[in-house]
Amino acid sequence: MNRLSAQHLTCAYSKHTVLHDLSLAVQAGEVLALLGPNGAGKTTLLRTLARLLRPRAGNVLLAGDDIWRLRPRTAAQRLALAPQSESMTTPVTIEQAVALGRAPHRGWLLPYTARDRQVIEQALEQTGLQALRHRFITELSGGEQRRVILARALAQEPHVLLLDEPTTHLDLRYQAELLALIQRLAQQDGIAIVVTLHDLNHAALCATSVALLARGTLVALGSPADVLTPERLSQVYGVTVVVTPHPVYGTPMVAPVFTTSRASQNTVSQDFVEGRE
Amino acid sequence: MAARRFPEATPRRGRTACIPVLFGLLVLAIIVSVAVGAVVLPLPRVLRALLLPTAPGVEATDATIVWDIRFGRVLLAALLGTGLAVSGTALQGLFRNPLADPFVIGASSGAALGASLAIVTGIGPVSLAAFAGSLLAVAAAYSIAEIGGVVPATALLLAGAALNTFLSAIVSLVMLFNEQSAYAVLNWLLGGLSGRSWPHLWASLPYLAIGLGLIWLLSRPLDALAFGDETAQSLGLPLGWARVAIVAAASLTTAAAVSAGGTIGFVGLIAPHAARLLVGAEHARLIPASALLGALLLLLADDVARTILAPLELPAGVITAALGGPFFLYLLKTRQRDLGAQR
Repeated sequence: MNRLSAQHLTCAYSKHTVLHDLSLAVQAGEVLALLGPNGAGKTTLLRTLARLLRPRAGNVLLAGDDIWRLRPRTAAQRLALAPQSESMTTPVTIEQAVALGRAPHRGWLLPYTARDRQVIEQALEQTGLQALRHRFITELSGGEQRRVILARALAQEPHVLLLDEPTTHLDLRYQAELLALIQRLAQQDGIAIVVTLHDLNHAALCATSVALLARGTLVALGSPADVLTPERLSQVYGVTVVVTPHPVYGTPMVAPVFTTSRASQNTVSQDFVEGRE
Repeated sequence: MAARRFPEATPRRGRTACIPVLFGLLVLAIIVSVAVGAVVLPLPRVLRALLLPTAPGVEATDATIVWDIRFGRVLLAALLGTGLAVSGTALQGLFRNPLADPFVIGASSGAALGASLAIVTGIGPVSLAAFAGSLLAVAAAYSIAEIGGVVPATALLLAGAALNTFLSAIVSLVMLFNEQSAYAVLNWLLGGLSGRSWPHLWASLPYLAIGLGLIWLLSRPLDALAFGDETAQSLGLPLGWARVAIVAAASLTTAAAVSAGGTIGFVGLIAPHAARLLVGAEHARLIPASALLGALLLLLADDVARTILAPLELPAGVITAALGGPFFLYLLKTRQRDLGAQR
C-alpha cells in the first residue's frame, strides 16, 4: 500500500489557486523529490501533505486513511515535517528541542521514558549533534539549525518524512552527508520520504522518483533519468541546460548554459548545447 | 547571524538546583516579612507565634500581629506575585514575544474599568468588579481577533493593545468626572496590598490554583509553540484548543491576581525573564522557577512598600516598577542574547 498519496489535490490561498488536480504517491523506502521553478507550488504541496493546509478538493491519504480524519497527534505519530526554517529565539538546548519530537508518541503531559531517550539519542547521532546537545539553539549557525529541525523530525520515528529544502544553507560536506542520510533512511529504515529541492542534481543523486511541477500542475513524474531531460527542463525553467551522466553514479547531472552574453564570451559548443554530443 | 561560539558545550545540569534554592529563599523571605513592620519582632518569636500560636509562653499580641495582621498579607503577596509571573510566562510563550506580560491582552485595563466603576458608583465589591472586567476585556480582545474560527497570535496582541488604550481612556474619563473618588481609583490603579489579608487570599486562591495548575499542565505545548505555530501543529498539537486553554488559564490567573491586588506592573514581565536566565526556557522548569521568583519579587516589594515610609504605605506596584524597571534594563544590557531579544 502507498504510505502517502495525494489524490486530485486542488489547493488555494484565498482566491489564488496554487495547485490544480495533482495526484502522486510514495511508498516505503522511496524518495520522491518535488522539483520545479519558484512559485511552482512545491512548498504548498508539502504543506498540504503535512496536514498544515486543507485542500480545496481532493484527499491526502496516510497509509490509506484520510489525513484530515485522523487526530493531529495520530497523524504526527506517522508523519513528520522538517520545515525550511522556524523560530529559534527561545533559549532551550538542542537536546530539549529534539526531545519535542517524542511529543506525538508520549503526549503533552507524560514524562519521557527510557525508550524516548534512546530514540532522541539516535536522532542526535544521525544528525551529528551529539557533541552539541547542551548548546542553546539561539547560538547555532543556519546549518546547525537545519540539523536540529531534521533531528526532531527523526525523533518522531515517522513512517513518512517530509523535508522542505533540506540542503539549502548547508555547505558542500553537509549537503553530501544529508543526501546520503536521506538515502539511508529510505533504504535501511524503510521511511517514505518526500523532499522539495531546488538543486536538480541533489534530486538526481538521492531520489528514486521525481515530480516536476510548473505553475501548480504536475508536468512529469518518474525516475530521475526519465524526467530530467534537457528539453523538458529547458521548457519548464526557461533556461537552456545540458544533462550529462554523473561521472561516478551515472545519474543525470544538470548544468545551465547561458545563451546570451556569457555564450559569446565563452565559446560554447553548439552541438553540446543541443545535446547532440 | 554571527553565532557566539563556546568551544566546550556548557552543561546546563545543576541549574535544576535553582528551584529548591529559590523555594528556600521564599520561605525565608516569608518569615522575615512577617517579622518586619511597625513593630519588628525577633525571628524566634515570629517562628514560635507562627507555628504554636496557642502554646503557653507565646504572647497573645505576637500571635495577633503574626496571624491576624501580617501573615495573611505576606502569603497573599507571594501568591499574587506567583500568579502574575506565571501568567506572564504563559503569554510570553504563547506570543513568542519577550515584551508580553499578563496585561497584554486587556486584562489590566478591563479590571481597571471594572474597579473604577465600582469605586465611583459604590455598587458591589471592587474586587469582584475588577475580576469580571478583566475576564470580559480578554474575551472581547479574543473575539475581535477571531476570524473564521482562527485567532492569529499577532491579531490577538494588536486587539489587546488597542483595547488597553481604549479602556484606559474611559478610566481616565471616569476619574476626571468623579473628582471626589479619583484618588481612590488612582490608588487602586497603582496596585498594592494595603489592607489586604485573609479574605482576599481565600477569595482569589481557588481561581489562582486552577489557573496556575492548568498553565503548568500546558508546559509541553508551550515548549512546542516556541518553535512556531506550524511546528507545534506538525507535532500534533491542536493549535486552536491549546491557544484557548493558554489564554483562558492566563486570564483567570491574572484576573484573580488583579482583583486582589490591583494592577501591579512589572512582576509578570520581569520574573519570567529572570527565571529563563536561571533555569532555561523549558517550561516544566521555567514555570516553577518563575512562580517562585514572582512570589519573592512581590513579597520584597511589599515589604519595602509598607516599611520605607512607615507609618505611610506606598503602593507595591510603584515599588515593583521602580525596582523592576532598572533591573530589567540591566538584564537587557548584559544578557540580551539569553533573553531571546536578539536575532
